[in-house]
Amino acid sequence: MLSRVADSVYWMSRYLERAENVARFVDVNYNLSLDLGNRVREQWEPLVYTTGDQEVFLENYGNFSQRNVINFLTFEMKNFNSVLACLSGARENARTVRDIISSAVWEEINKFYLYVKNSAGDKRLLEEPHDFFHQVKRSSHLILGLLDATISRDEAWFFAHVGRLIERADKTSRILDVKYYILLPTVTDVGTPLDSIQWAALLKSAGALEMYRKSRGRITPRDVVDFLLLDREFPRSIRFCLSEAEESLLAILGTSHSHFRNEAERRMGQLSADLDYAQVDDIIKSGLHEYLDGFQDKLNAVGAAISDSFFQTSPAASNGAVLAK
Amino acid sequence: MCFDAYDSEGFYDEMFDAAGKPRLRASLLADKISALNDGELSRRQQAAERALLNMGITFNVYGHEAGTEKVWPFDVIPRIIEHAEWQYLERGLKQRIRALNLFIDDLYHDRKIVKDGIVPADLVESGKCYLRPCQGFDPPGGVWCHITGTDLVRDADGQFFVLEDNLRCPSGVSYVIENREVMKRTFPQVFQGLGVVAVEDYPEKLLETLQFVAPKGCDDPTVVVMTPGPYNSAYFEHSFLAQQMGVELVEGRDLVVSDGYVHMRTTHGLKRVDVIYRRIDDDFLDPLAFRPDSTLGVPGLAEVYRNGKVALANAPGTGIADDKAVYAYVPQIIKYYLGEDIILPNVPTFLCSDEKQREHVLANIDKLVVKPTNESGGYGIVLGPKATPEELVAAADRIRENPRNYVAQPMLNLSRVPSLVDDRFEGRHVDLRPYILYGKDIFVLPGGLTRVALKKGSMVVNSSQGGGSKDTWVLGSDVIPTVTNVAGDVVVPPEPPSGPTQRQMQTTS
Repeated sequence: MLSRVADSVYWMSRYLERAENVARFVDVNYNLSLDLGNRVREQWEPLVYTTGDQEVFLENYGNFSQRNVINFLTFEMKNFNSVLACLSGARENARTVRDIISSAVWEEINKFYLYVKNSAGDKRLLEEPHDFFHQVKRSSHLILGLLDATISRDEAWFFAHVGRLIERADKTSRILDVKYYILLPTVTDVGTPLDSIQWAALLKSAGALEMYRKSRGRITPRDVVDFLLLDREFPRSIRFCLSEAEESLLAILGTSHSHFRNEAERRMGQLSADLDYAQVDDIIKSGLHEYLDGFQDKLNAVGAAISDSFFQTSPAASNGAVLAK
Repeated sequence: MCFDAYDSEGFYDEMFDAAGKPRLRASLLADKISALNDGELSRRQQAAERALLNMGITFNVYGHEAGTEKVWPFDVIPRIIEHAEWQYLERGLKQRIRALNLFIDDLYHDRKIVKDGIVPADLVESGKCYLRPCQGFDPPGGVWCHITGTDLVRDADGQFFVLEDNLRCPSGVSYVIENREVMKRTFPQVFQGLGVVAVEDYPEKLLETLQFVAPKGCDDPTVVVMTPGPYNSAYFEHSFLAQQMGVELVEGRDLVVSDGYVHMRTTHGLKRVDVIYRRIDDDFLDPLAFRPDSTLGVPGLAEVYRNGKVALANAPGTGIADDKAVYAYVPQIIKYYLGEDIILPNVPTFLCSDEKQREHVLANIDKLVVKPTNESGGYGIVLGPKATPEELVAAADRIRENPRNYVAQPMLNLSRVPSLVDDRFEGRHVDLRPYILYGKDIFVLPGGLTRVALKKGSMVVNSSQGGGSKDTWVLGSDVIPTVTNVAGDVVVPPEPPSGPTQRQMQTTS
C-alpha cells in the first residue's frame, strides 16, 4: 500500500473518531449543565481545556458561555479540532482514497460532513444541541459499522483501526484528566462515593456508564479511574484501545507479539505493556494528572513514529521486511 | 403561547394562585412558556412522545393481546414543587416510613402496640398481607420496607395528604428518571436558571440500599432484580432498574435453591445470589411456603430467607402496613413509636369493620370514595359522587358482606396543573408519588412521579384508567448546586479551577 494512501486512511479515521468524541463531550456536558443552574464558567471552560485549544478560543471569543463554547467546539473552522473541522479533514482524506475505501463508506462520510456543515448556521442548535449531537454519534457509528462490514481486513482497514483507537485512547485520557481534576478528590476521598451524578456524567462522556455498572457497581472515583484507564474489556478504556491498536499495527507488517520491526511497533508495544501492568492505586497515589500527561506524551510519540515508519518512507528509513504488496 | 385564558376554576392550582398569578418561582417557568411561539409547545409535546416511543419506555396493558405495548401519556408541562414545600414533604415522609417500619417489626415480634390497645388485634390478624411465618424474623438492619412509593394528594386548600402507603412493590420510579431525560432532550431551555434538583442518582442510591441489606458476612454482595417476566405491566421498569444498577434481571426459573443458598443458573455454573429486589408479590415468592400454584417463584426460597442466607427487598410481610384499614391508624402509630405528631396528615378514613363508622359510610355512600383495603392500581374503587345508583347499591352490598375489606374516605378535590390540551392549557388533576429508600439512612428521591388524570374533570390518575404523567421539578434552595462530602455534610463546592492544561492534539502532518 502506498505510504500516502495509508497516511490518508489513518487520518480519515482519527478525525472521524475525534469528531464523535468532541460531540459526546459537549452533549454530556450540556445535559449536566441543565442540572447545575447558573455556574456557567465552571461548566463550559473545562471543555475547551480538554481539547487543549484554550488559546485559539480566547483569541476568537470573549467568554466561556455555553453558546460560545458549543460553537467553538462544533463549528469553528479556526479550531482545527471542532467537529466540522474534523469532518472536513476526514472527508478530504477520504476523497483522496476513494478507490481504496468502499463507496458506502465514502458516501456516509460525505453525507456526514454535509450534514454538519449545513447545520452550522442553525442558531437554535446552540441552545438545544441534543438532536444534533445524537445524529453526529449515529453517523460516526454508521461509518464504523460500514468499515467493519464492507472492507477486507487488509492494510487499509488496519491503518484505519489503529488511527481510530489511538484517537480514542487520547480522548478518554483527556476527559478523564480534566474531569478528575475538577471533581478533585483528595487521596483520602478516593474509594468513597462522592457526587455520583458528576462522576456518572464523566462515565457517560465515554459512553461507559452502563458497562461500568455491570463491572463495578457503585460509583467511586477510584473505580471510575480504573475503569476508564485500565479496564481489559471496555472498548473505550485506554488500555483496551492500546491493546487493540497494537494488534492491528503488528498485523500491518505481520510482526509477531513481543517483537518489533520499527520504532512505531516498539513504542506501541512498550506503552501497551506499560498499561497491562499498571495499578490504579499506584497511579492515583503518585498523581493521575502526571500519569495521564506522561501517557499522552508517549502516545504522541507513537503517533509520530507511525508517521515516520510508514508514511514518510524514504530510502533511509526502512522497515526491514517491508515489501510492496 | 400564554396563560391568559387559563382558569383554575376554584381548584388548587400548582402553578398559579387563586388570583391567577404564578406562584413564587413558578413564574420563571410561566414566563418561559409564555414566550414560546404558537404551536411550539405542541411540537415539543410530539417530540417528547416520539422520544418515549423510540426509547421503548412503554408499559404492557392487561386484558389486551399479550405483548401490547403502550407509551404512557406524558404531558410536557412540568409540575413544580417549591423548595420549602419539598422540605416539608421530605420530613413528613421520613417520619412516616420510620414509624411504619417500627410498626411492622413490632407486629412480627412482641406486638406491643396491640397489647397497649392502640391497634386492634383482629385488624392485624385479618389482614390479607399479614404473614404469620414472618413472626420472630429479624431482617438485616431491622429494615422491612426498603422501597416505598407513597401516594400524596393535595386538596382545594393546598394541604398535602397521604392517600396510600405503597410498601409492597411500588412501581413508577423508572418514569421519574426517564421523564426527566425526555424533558432534557426535548425541552431543554426551560431548565436553565431554575435549579431543578437532579433525580439521576436514584439507581446509585437503590444499589447502595440493596447492598446494605445483604446478609451479614457478604463483603461484595450479588444483587439481582427479580421480575415475573416480560408480560408484566412493569417489565420495562424491572429491566431499566437492573440495567441502571448493572445487576442481573432474573425470573424465578433462573434461580435455584441449593446447599442452603439461592443461586442463579449461569453459563459458568451456579452463582450465589445475596440480595433479591423482588418485584413479585409475597404469595408468589415460593410455592413451598406460599401459593403452591406459583410458577413465578423459587421453591425453597422462603427457607433460605428465614435462615438469613438471602435478603429480600421489600421483606415479605411488609404489606400489612399498607393495608388500608391499618392506614387509618398511622397517626396513632407515629405517636406510639416516635412520640411525635404526624407531619403529613392522613385523609380522614372510615373503617367499615367498625359498626358505627360503617353505618356512616352506608348512609353517605354517594358522597364518599369506597376503597378495597388490599387492592392497588385503582382497582375496585367506587367514587360515590360519580357512581350510578346501581353501582352504589352493589358497593353497599359488598361492604355489608365483608366490612373488613373496605374503607371509605371523603372525595377530595385534587389539585391541578396546567396541561396541554389541543394547543391550549387546561387544568388537570394530579397526585404525587415520591419514592423512599430505607437502608442505612432514609433517602427520599426529590420529587417523584406526578400522575395526571388526562380526561377532563377526572380524578383517577392510574395508568390503567386514562392517567398520564408529568416531570416533577423540585426547585433547589437556590441555583448553586450542593454536593455531599465524605463526612455526609451537604456543602457548596468551591469554584473549581479551570483544569489541567492539555497538550495540543496531533493533526495531519
